[in-house]
Amino acid sequence: MSVIHSPSAAPSPIVDFADAASCFVIDDLTLDYAGKPALSGLTLRIPRQRVTAFIGPSGCGKSTLLRALNRLHDLNDEAGRQGRIRLEGTDIHGDEVDVAELRRRVGMVFQAPNPFPMSVYDNVAFGLRLQGIKRKRVLDEAVESALASAALWDEVKDRLHGSAWALSGGQQQRLVIARTLAVQPEVLLLDEPASALDPISTLKIEELIRGLKSRLTLVLVTHNMQQAARVSDYTAFLQAGELVEYAATDRLFTNPRLTRTENYITGRMS
Amino acid sequence: MDITSDTHSQHISNQFNQELEDLKTHLMAMGGLVEKQIQDAIAALLEGDSRLAERVRDNDTAVNDMQLKIDEECTRVLARRQPAASDLRLVLAVIRATSDLERIGDEANKIARNALSLAESGRSARGFVEVRHISEHVRNMVRDALTAFARFDTELALKVVREDDAVDSEYTSAMRSLVTFMMEDPRSITSILSVMWILRALERIGDHADNLAEYVIYLVKGLDIRHSDVDTLDERDLGSKG
Repeated sequence: MSVIHSPSAAPSPIVDFADAASCFVIDDLTLDYAGKPALSGLTLRIPRQRVTAFIGPSGCGKSTLLRALNRLHDLNDEAGRQGRIRLEGTDIHGDEVDVAELRRRVGMVFQAPNPFPMSVYDNVAFGLRLQGIKRKRVLDEAVESALASAALWDEVKDRLHGSAWALSGGQQQRLVIARTLAVQPEVLLLDEPASALDPISTLKIEELIRGLKSRLTLVLVTHNMQQAARVSDYTAFLQAGELVEYAATDRLFTNPRLTRTENYITGRMS
Repeated sequence: MDITSDTHSQHISNQFNQELEDLKTHLMAMGGLVEKQIQDAIAALLEGDSRLAERVRDNDTAVNDMQLKIDEECTRVLARRQPAASDLRLVLAVIRATSDLERIGDEANKIARNALSLAESGRSARGFVEVRHISEHVRNMVRDALTAFARFDTELALKVVREDDAVDSEYTSAMRSLVTFMMEDPRSITSILSVMWILRALERIGDHADNLAEYVIYLVKGLDIRHSDVDTLDERDLGSKG
């Protein structure tokens, strides 16, 4: 009597979304640096207006994958690529694609807060001014709205013209998010956005991520598995440049399908 | 993925391994005590041993204390380790299991109380044959459920789940014959009612053993089969993990 039987062949480790629900469609993506492979044959879809987390040990390729989504890896001359990434149906490496415009649509926030050496206001207005917007009233409104979206307005409204560097680390990180939001992106890529922050600032960032989900697609890279478990809807586990398991976060953290995933998220030797 | 009984000893943190190992050890110790309580309560009844019945009654406090202690350990692991996946399922399964074991302890206590009053009335009651038979059946279920827990054995757990239906029908037919005895001899009503309470307690112990077995399946497979029809489980694909 073998009602609960043993594993058969492992099915493909992919959760799938229809085209209509997908923001990014990544198709057999392989990336290398100077011939050294960083990602091999990744195929996955990232759902629109959801939070998707990439987790995995250092060097697994999760940051590489994140950076590929707005072509930051192009900045490295030695980077090679095969396969395709489509954003809302359009190949992001297509000839007609304007990389600056791609990076406006797909904003990025890094681990260490990196406000520019200027006032809070000028930081947020920076991207808009680059776009040629000069009217003070338009800028004022956009700055306030971006700061409010980043849950920072109440804390900085009386010091908009003070230096951004005078803010705390957590405030600086939210300022950077506000600066990114000001140019109305569709996607926000977050690379370890809270790893340099204290627990309270971290929770504020996580709350912000949850709040932004109604307007944006968010993709998060984190070493902190509890953070992935707390904020994401879907989690992809990468190891050695491969996508091991990709599942609804609830499922991945309570009952992962694969032993490699289980070992990683529960802190076992593998 | 399927887990085995040594899955929880492979963490990078040895301290965490030890904490999870302790949970399992303490749960098994509680299970052992509860098994002994059932065995003693039934022996006290069948042999008319009032002192043994009193000892069962006194030992119930020890069972309760073990539940509190293990639950506290589980709370500590949840707070300090934020366990995930099979570790999380182990902690949840242990919390649920202590609650059922404690209730089994309560049922053993009820059996001992009724054994005491039967011994005091000095009547040899009808229905002891049924009690002996059903008690052996449910004791096996409890033992198998605990073994399945210790070995992470889902086949054995499923066997326990299936046994519960058999106990339920044995209980129903025993009750029917006891009702017949009462109609034949109204003077026996008081003592037969005591025996009926005992049978009822045994039937409840079977239900709790069934629950324990279900937690084993949850623990190993990540599948919650409470409130499922065991016969439909055959068709469901409970495997397919690798």
